[in-house]
Amino acid sequence: MMKYNIIDGVKYTRKHEWARQEGNTAVVGLSDYAQDKLGEIVFVELPDVGTEVEAGKGSAVIESVKAVADLYAPADGSVVEVNEELLDQPEVINSDPYGEGWVYKIELKDESQMDQLMDKPAYEKFVVEEDEE
Amino acid sequence: MSEAKKTPFYEKHVALKGKIVDYSGWLLPVQYPKGLVEEVHDTRRRATIFDVSHMGEVSVEGKDAEAFLQKILVNDISRLKDNAIIYSPVCYPDGGVVDDILVYRISGENFFLVVNAANTDKDYAWFQENVFGDVRLQNLSPEYAQIALQGPNSEAILQPLTDAPLKEMKNYHFLPEVKVAGVDCLVSRTGYTGEDGFEVYCKNDGAEVLWDAVWDTGQKHELNPAGLGSRDVLRLEASMPLYGHELSKELTPLQARLDRFVALDKEVDFNGRSALKKQKEKGMNRMLYGLEMLERGVPREGYPVKSGDFEIGWVSSGSYSPTLDKFIAMAFLDPKAADQVEEVELMIRTRSYRARIIKLPFYRRKK
Repeated sequence: MMKYNIIDGVKYTRKHEWARQEGNTAVVGLSDYAQDKLGEIVFVELPDVGTEVEAGKGSAVIESVKAVADLYAPADGSVVEVNEELLDQPEVINSDPYGEGWVYKIELKDESQMDQLMDKPAYEKFVVEEDEE
Repeated sequence: MSEAKKTPFYEKHVALKGKIVDYSGWLLPVQYPKGLVEEVHDTRRRATIFDVSHMGEVSVEGKDAEAFLQKILVNDISRLKDNAIIYSPVCYPDGGVVDDILVYRISGENFFLVVNAANTDKDYAWFQENVFGDVRLQNLSPEYAQIALQGPNSEAILQPLTDAPLKEMKNYHFLPEVKVAGVDCLVSRTGYTGEDGFEVYCKNDGAEVLWDAVWDTGQKHELNPAGLGSRDVLRLEASMPLYGHELSKELTPLQARLDRFVALDKEVDFNGRSALKKQKEKGMNRMLYGLEMLERGVPREGYPVKSGDFEIGWVSSGSYSPTLDKFIAMAFLDPKAADQVEEVELMIRTRSYRARIIKLPFYRRKK
């Protein structure tokens, strides 16, 4: 039985972000594994709409009581929407990481970049390996 | 670095699914599955058990034990009674801090010191360097386990396990030879959370029996385990200093506003006295202040603090406070600047966030 909730229909990065493609855009958030490792999230720093993000580069900051974590962009693109609800209720990332806890939406520069991310079975395997370290 | 040590309670933490980290050479739980925020609430409202076996213990015995301690401590133990405890910084001659410790007086010729885990070896070397006359020092740290039972339900949990009259034990007092669940223990009414509670010391071989007994009676009183993460937040809320943050080789007890533990007028010319006296007369360019964020943002150690265009200090400890539901920090600021203003700005990454200067402590328990 998997300890973490890893869902279908999204792609995952090696830094534990998820991205759900919708046409030429992608909604981005933190995986259940990432929110569990971070603990209670108390603060989120969001990018401005219009910001150009680069795959693998820091694009938002998520802070729990004990730790500061960068949210790395899963693909190149420009931010078209941010989840401002998180500014007042960052703990939603803990309770609903794939739903209400989404962080931002980007317009993809190159949709093929999404193919390089992990699907559910690959990410499940990756998480098990990470946990063993 | 040598391999991290396990305390006698290590298997308990694993069984309780604690998240284990290496903390100054000890494998200890940073938090349990309920999470740090709930552990803070549990401690303030009910009771929690912490493994604090990493703390160091040093025994000081002999005819000159008191004179030796008067020389190395900045606080005055001349009026300390048997079974009472005093808090004191230990200073270098320049006023910088070696460590901050608890001194338990068993008798006039027998004292028990509790020191910070990361400082144990350094402290012991410092004591040996300064020792004189008839004094026997012993580093007991490897032999002792320690639990901290903290929170309003603590007495109700511990009392059924011992004949010692806990109700009569006042804050900062202790009994050196007490049976708890049949185990030989030293029990003190102390802690690092700002709540009522006890710290119980025993030899390693009795540790498991002690933990199990406290855990079992605790089940009737909503006892939960708590880790290093919540311990740090609890002490910050109660505005207790942590060595390496509010005290260090470069920071004096006066800068940390621990004046009431610095007995400048005591009869003994203790280590650091003339430097501290001079500092008190001349004034300081960095002193400890409390900050409360006016904008949402997590203040963390090392973040610069500004007033207008000028950097006036740094954050020494900061966190979200579950008890107050606010973001709080302790910071060393230039009093010449800080005393002129009510608000300052805290630099978090690329942006500044407004914070209000407030009186310490952030949290005080209602008696």
